[in-house]
Amino acid sequence: MSDSGRGHDERSLRWLRRAVKLPYLWLLLFFLAPFLIILKISVAEPVVAQPPFTALLEWGANGFEGLRVTFLNYAFLFQDGYYGIIYLSSLKMAAIGTLLCLLLGYPMAYYIARQPPERRNLLLLAVILPFWISFLLRVYAWIGLLNNRGVINKLLLWTGLIDRPIQMLYNDFAVYLGIVYSYLPFMILPLYANLERLNLDLLDAAADLGARRWQAFVDVTLPLSVPGIIGGCLLVFIPAVGEFTIPALLGGADTLMIGRVLWDEFFTNRDWPVASAVSVVLLLLLIAPIMWFQRLQSREQEAGR
Amino acid sequence: MSDANPTPLVRIEGVSKRFDGVLAVDDVTLEIMKGELFAILGGSGCGKTTLLRMLAGFEHPTAGRILIDGTDMTEVPPYERPVNLMFQSYALFPHMTVEQNVAYGLKKERVPEPQIRERVAEMLAMVKLGPLAGRKPDKLSGGEKQRVALARSLVKRPKLLLLDEPLAALDRKLREHTQFELANIQYQLGTTFVVVTHDQDEAMTLASRIAVMHAGKIAQVGTPGEVYEYPANRYVAGFVGNINLVEGRITGRSNGRLVLRSDTLDAELAVACDDPAGLDGEVCVAVRPEKITISREAPAGADRNVVKGVVRDLGYFGDQSLYRVRTKSGAVVQVSAQNLRRSAKLTVEWDDEVFLSWEVGSTILLRT
Amino acid sequence: MKAGRSPLALVSVVAFGYALLYVPIASVVIYSFNDSRLVTLWGGFSLRWYASLLDDQKLLEAALLSLRIAFLSATFATALGAIVALALHRLGRLRGRLLLSGMVTAPLVMPEIITGLSLLFLFISMANLIGWPMNRGATTITLAHVTFSMAYVVVVVRSRLAAMDESLEEAAMDLGGRPLAVFFDVTVPMLLPALVSGWLLSFTLSLDDLVISSFVSGPGATTLPMYIFSKVRLGVTPDINAITTIIIAMVALSVGIASFVTHRRRPDTAR
Repeated sequence: MSDSGRGHDERSLRWLRRAVKLPYLWLLLFFLAPFLIILKISVAEPVVAQPPFTALLEWGANGFEGLRVTFLNYAFLFQDGYYGIIYLSSLKMAAIGTLLCLLLGYPMAYYIARQPPERRNLLLLAVILPFWISFLLRVYAWIGLLNNRGVINKLLLWTGLIDRPIQMLYNDFAVYLGIVYSYLPFMILPLYANLERLNLDLLDAAADLGARRWQAFVDVTLPLSVPGIIGGCLLVFIPAVGEFTIPALLGGADTLMIGRVLWDEFFTNRDWPVASAVSVVLLLLLIAPIMWFQRLQSREQEAGR
Repeated sequence: MSDANPTPLVRIEGVSKRFDGVLAVDDVTLEIMKGELFAILGGSGCGKTTLLRMLAGFEHPTAGRILIDGTDMTEVPPYERPVNLMFQSYALFPHMTVEQNVAYGLKKERVPEPQIRERVAEMLAMVKLGPLAGRKPDKLSGGEKQRVALARSLVKRPKLLLLDEPLAALDRKLREHTQFELANIQYQLGTTFVVVTHDQDEAMTLASRIAVMHAGKIAQVGTPGEVYEYPANRYVAGFVGNINLVEGRITGRSNGRLVLRSDTLDAELAVACDDPAGLDGEVCVAVRPEKITISREAPAGADRNVVKGVVRDLGYFGDQSLYRVRTKSGAVVQVSAQNLRRSAKLTVEWDDEVFLSWEVGSTILLRT
Repeated sequence: MKAGRSPLALVSVVAFGYALLYVPIASVVIYSFNDSRLVTLWGGFSLRWYASLLDDQKLLEAALLSLRIAFLSATFATALGAIVALALHRLGRLRGRLLLSGMVTAPLVMPEIITGLSLLFLFISMANLIGWPMNRGATTITLAHVTFSMAYVVVVVRSRLAAMDESLEEAAMDLGGRPLAVFFDVTVPMLLPALVSGWLLSFTLSLDDLVISSFVSGPGATTLPMYIFSKVRLGVTPDINAITTIIIAMVALSVGIASFVTHRRRPDTAR
């Protein structure tokens, strides 16, 4: 007769059951349905019409006539390898960016976790604060710093370390920098949450058994922080693959990232079916990491239930 | 401990609770009298907490009824029962002061403001927390939090107060003190208390009657003395206090007694038995360690069971000593003896050959 | 976790990390006061770029629009997200639980390009089928923002629910509180910090969104990020520096006030 283990009153649970239908429908409509539509458009043909693609179901004089499906768009994507290269390039850039983010973020999270509580909160706040300032504006801020006549080049020239300005902007380097910079908080927070829970007694035990500090780190801390590492990396990698703003503002003409390509494909070429196909393939590439992330999330959440 | 008015306040009739196929409470029937301090005792997983929550209204029985003061309350929600629960974690509202916490229940009853203030002040005085009325729970010690929880439950003058492991979170000194306080308050107010606990000391000292629960069923109901000296079955015998259990073969019956042969103790034992019907072959008896006399000389006096053995372990506690004595066949008997004579020397030492003896009447016959 | 003194190497890396985070911000703030247009030249201290902001009609309109959308979407996202969080946490058996959980986790990592494109197509299809929304703009942007912000609110509220002592609500019921009273007396106060941070998070995300807004918006509805992006694609523009500095100041102020408030009222949450 009773429902959840904790015995919440049946009546209030019933209300909750009814109430959750609203967000459920909302998500079905505004999150799930769009994906189905993209799928549908990706198998349609482009036409000069409004909307600029053919309908899925053919209706003729005698009613339902058939499905009008074409895989031309997908074929197009892979016919000359152009898109293939872009996908790979996006995955590669996201992966490298994630790795760099991890290399910087891990020591920071580690350090913060070791501080006394008051300092910890302050340091965390300092990490999160930039996040509250517009993402767009922060990426933009790098333009002024990185360009050939920008502050960094001027500094290097002035100190004599270089005699010609280094091309730091409108290339892959700038994009990597942008990724690390923008996603750093997303890497640090899950890492910190994990490291903060680490029982220091374990390190003492390792030391007692003969491990040096760095050995204890490699043998105890590192393995235990793997869930945090995975969480942080997924949280950075997945959105980074489809990133638009960073390559658009900081990348060069030869910086190949699928987000930018998709934007151009849509706004300039107006080829909706191809744009849809591009999205579907991108989604397929990311399905595995997304599901991994969801598994991690639900495990975290269920554990606390 | 108050004189129980022999009218049942609570009637639990054939109550069972099933969770996903697991039977947590199995056909429990119990009566709790008005004004009693009743304890439900059992290990973890025995179903006592589930039973408590059904009394409070947080779970609905899968079968059976619960009647409180004559009314069927089985389906009644917790906010409509004249029952209050003191949570093990105290569950004090952190965003309210002590005073607001205690007043909450009265507010929900729509008691007029001035009366609320009066009753809250009265209750806080009773638990000696008056000066702390304006504090928030995070500024209170464990013992203080408990008193707030108690005050909050009692201020509504419930017919029944349920206490979930009330002494579990307290340290020893505080535990003893609180035990007496709880008993006092119960006596003063005359409210019926039901305490759920896994600690037999807690149950024995607080309660006027105990129900021992095991695997969802009631193993025995009785006063502490009954449960201790006259356990109904092996489980209760072993759960409450220490006990020596012996299997024996019936070798004879005569005027109100059974004689058995125990191979493990290498002895013949007699046990009082008025109704030997249904008993045949193997039977289980038991004797409490403190009922056994230990000595190096053979015991005088008739009408005693005697066992011989060698002292294997000795624990000296000052006021008493605990012995573990090994018989020839390898069984170990626990004996506890008060050190009645003042002497620094041990009367019985390791590896001594000793005689263990106890009155026949001290032998417990366990049929199940 | 707490330990002894950290090695120098660690501290230097951490210092570098913080520098990385704040150097661009600092440089923007400094150059917003630069009299010269060029980043390369320091022309003296000046507030002219701030003044020019007030003349920029389009900017002010865009800012207002963004604020309205952010406010609305944050509020709806928080309400809907809180319901989902409560449902996922409390309802043991829920039909379609896996799907709900998935739909509310995916937006956290979904590339905005995909979300934006798919939502645009949805709105167009809807317009074709039922005639609404005919004009895309503030409404469609708000709907889109609510959808992805919800995911963040669910995360925040769920972690708070996990840390909450459930027996508090039972205690309230035991003392005579009916479910509705318990919800307002105990649940909401306990969840309030999470609801507030969820709201702020949604507000920030909405205010900051470029990609999704660009896809689902229509003529006449230009949000602040869209406006800034169009100007910034071509390079550094000094008045953008001024806007950035203003936003930084507002954020710093809000955070300062928030910390002050929470420090004065010592956190009295149940641990």
